[in-house]
Amino acid sequence: MTAGASTMTGVAGPAPEAINKYEERAFGFWLYLMSDGIIFALLFATYVVMLGQTAGGPTGKELFSLERAAAETALLLASSATFGFASVATAANERSRVLLWLIVTVFLGIGFLCLEYGEFAGMIAQGAGPDRSGFLSGFFTLVGTHGLHVSIGSLCILVMIGQVLFKGLTTPVVSRLARVGLFWHFLDIVWVGIFSVVYLPGLL
Amino acid sequence: MDVSGLPVERSIRPYLIGLGLAVILTAIPFALVATGALARGTTLVIIAVAAVVQILVHLGFFLHIGFRSTPRENLIALAFACVLIFFMVGGTLWIMFDLYHRMMV
Repeated sequence: MTAGASTMTGVAGPAPEAINKYEERAFGFWLYLMSDGIIFALLFATYVVMLGQTAGGPTGKELFSLERAAAETALLLASSATFGFASVATAANERSRVLLWLIVTVFLGIGFLCLEYGEFAGMIAQGAGPDRSGFLSGFFTLVGTHGLHVSIGSLCILVMIGQVLFKGLTTPVVSRLARVGLFWHFLDIVWVGIFSVVYLPGLL
Repeated sequence: MDVSGLPVERSIRPYLIGLGLAVILTAIPFALVATGALARGTTLVIIAVAAVVQILVHLGFFLHIGFRSTPRENLIALAFACVLIFFMVGGTLWIMFDLYHRMMV
């Protein structure tokens, strides 16, 4: 706790009552992440229940690509690490380094979204859209919800780049950045579940 | 991040360790699926174990969850979410596959 206190004064030196406010927000955001985790867990359960219900349509083995899944995984994992570097730079109060790593992170996130968009568009073009079978409904709901989260996360990072640029590393900005970081790392955890439940067993 | 909700991590070391472990834990299942070196059942077990370990690595090195450093109420919320997920996902799979086998047999 003493280490934390000294860094906090190093960042912007907020008053104790202000710290309380950020504690509350951090805890509230944590509760949101936990409930979001439950939503994803249930989408995983739905996907597994629907796994065999292909209605004579294509299966995962015919639709998924191991190379694309590996590339998506690499981009998202790298972006989680680069956001971590941005957090370290934030704690060290180095604005230009924060901006650099946030820009790298958002590019990796957008790269991931482009790959996923290509995958979805390709599947829909060959008649394997979410309306084809229960299996594909489950797939698009689960992976699409994750993609939607990554889109919102990328948008949040862009907003934070603007805030760091124009407001600087003030306590409110730093506290928002920390919450976006939690969100981004959380999405990488969900992706670990997606490649382990959807892509790898589907291609096995 | 600590109780204040502000980042306090000053070293990139945990991120590099986390990244290294995550790359290894991702490469193993992907390589097994790409080569088909092991039996299907064994591969599935390894995929599941690697996923669980990797999730713990992410929680520890990226989200900085620790039994001493993380506020108690955050840990309780995490544990409660895990219990809910266990019952809801476990219950869903149990009931739906039981129903499926009863309908199909």
